[in-house]
Amino acid sequence: MGRPSESHFGAAPYDFGGKWVPSELEITRRAARKARNIRNSIIAVVSSIVVIGGLALIAVTSPGWKSLSDTFFAWAYGVEVLPKIILGFGTNVTLTLIASTCVAILGLSIALIRTSRSPALAPFRILATLYVDIFRGIPMLLVILLIGFGIPALRIQGLTNNVLVLGTIAVIITYTAYVAEVIRSGILTIHPSQRAAARSLGLSHFQSLRYVVLPQAFRRVTPPLLNDLVALIKDTGLVSILGVTDAVRAAQIASSRSFNYTPYVMAAIIFLLVTIPLTRFTDRTLRRSIERQNATGVA
Amino acid sequence: MSQPVLEVKQVRKSYGSEVVLEDISFSVPVHTATVFIGSSGSGKSTLLRCINLLDQIDDGSIVLDGEDITAVDADVDKVRRKLGIVFQSFNLFPHMKVIDNITLAPMKVQGISKELARENAYKLLDRFGLHDKAENYPDRLSGGQQQRVAIIRSIAVAPRLLLLDEITSALDPVLVNEVLSTVRDLKIEGMTMVLATHEMGFAKQVADEVCFLHQGKILEWGTPAQILEAPQQAETKEFLKRVHEAGRL
Ligand SMILES: Nc1ncnc2c1ncn2[C@@H]1O[C@H](COP(=O)(O)OP(=O)(O)OP(=O)(O)O)[C@@H](O)[C@H]1O
Ligand SMILES: [Mg+2]
Repeated sequence: MGRPSESHFGAAPYDFGGKWVPSELEITRRAARKARNIRNSIIAVVSSIVVIGGLALIAVTSPGWKSLSDTFFAWAYGVEVLPKIILGFGTNVTLTLIASTCVAILGLSIALIRTSRSPALAPFRILATLYVDIFRGIPMLLVILLIGFGIPALRIQGLTNNVLVLGTIAVIITYTAYVAEVIRSGILTIHPSQRAAARSLGLSHFQSLRYVVLPQAFRRVTPPLLNDLVALIKDTGLVSILGVTDAVRAAQIASSRSFNYTPYVMAAIIFLLVTIPLTRFTDRTLRRSIERQNATGVA
Repeated sequence: MSQPVLEVKQVRKSYGSEVVLEDISFSVPVHTATVFIGSSGSGKSTLLRCINLLDQIDDGSIVLDGEDITAVDADVDKVRRKLGIVFQSFNLFPHMKVIDNITLAPMKVQGISKELARENAYKLLDRFGLHDKAENYPDRLSGGQQQRVAIIRSIAVAPRLLLLDEITSALDPVLVNEVLSTVRDLKIEGMTMVLATHEMGFAKQVADEVCFLHQGKILEWGTPAQILEAPQQAETKEFLKRVHEAGRL
């Protein structure tokens, strides 16, 4: 409803043919809000500069700074070994891509087996439970050592001795156990009434799962699964223990040659370049999914 | 007289040691509505769940279109295709738009093409004044609109029998009316229905038969006039008195 424009002063921005125009009260309120926002930004910037700048000053002026920066931040040497580390990081990326694909497929299968009720699947349910319990309870490093060094020790014909393949298998085995549990918990959080509604519309057990339960479950577990992806990228570095030349191993070689730790820092930076954006993205997805759930209420 | 759509014969149901339904028998002729009334916990929802085979009965039998659906070799999926059910809380699928909620079963269960399923769905939405909500997600709809979509979804598969379980109990009075008028329209079009409700005024309008359920037994049944205005049993009188006091008559 249009109000008489005499009640306003100055240019009224939205006054197209008697449409709503903010009142005087609202205009002063907006101005006050804007002033407060500006003040808050200034405070945030100033305090950040004081605190972070202060900490940096303390670090740089401290007596150990010289040797610290020579050992960890020898940039010239860092740049020299960078290509080798980046090449190694290619292995981490490949491993992540292959492992995450396999883990997604296997994790989903195991989650489905564990949440199924068919009597024919009973033995598989027991095996799946056992598998998840075991591999969630063992440090991944142990699994990598067991498979990477144990399998070749068997000397079985036809079985690969390739440490990269064996390392990847170890990573897949461990992460499948985690991811299966995440997906399973997602399936369990979907209220039984959703399945009942689908079933009573005549959808089969499989169709209910495919069209009603899983799409909702996946929406809920996307943030934790992204978290696991970040962890997976980092954990691919563990296969370096088998002698796979990934970024970690490449850094180790470069570092041991010169007794300088800058290559490790370089490797860390390369990992961060990938994991930080992904972590930010995960946070945003999580926030959105919480907002959506709050908006939906109990339904 | 043609064969009734639904015949329930001496059905019994218990959860553990608690008997929830006992010796329940009634039949529903085609194009009629049977309404169950009774206090909370009297077993109304349980009865509807048993008819829909979401719960297993302990004794007796349920016959749909002359076929014993409680026989051990009954095809549960096939039976459910003939039944529509709308629950107390609207169980729309929150990850699907209204139109997709409605077309899912016709497409996946009946194998109807997407175009035809959407066309039919839009006809139904039009008829119940929900055309402009088709592309919305359920959480953008009011409670009454959600419940009407749930009803449309269950009749989109053209069920032989529609089961409605207290479809208005989660709604405020204004929304109650829009949902109830939807059900009245269905009744006029000849849908066969079994309902559980707390709305006595509504029972009076749509019911061909009213059954009063008390502690798992049908204590009294008859026309709406007989049961709601001249009840014989003391328990029925007491129940109606309490409903009346609560202002729902
Ligand atoms: N799955 C279950 N397990 C155990 N007891 C149950 C179960 N479902 C229902 N009951 C019991 O069965 C009885 C009847 O419940 P039911 O939901 O059929 O009542 P109702 O008439 O629909 O009540 P309301 O009007 O509150 O919806 C109640 O005492 C309830 O506690
Ligand atoms: Mg109930």
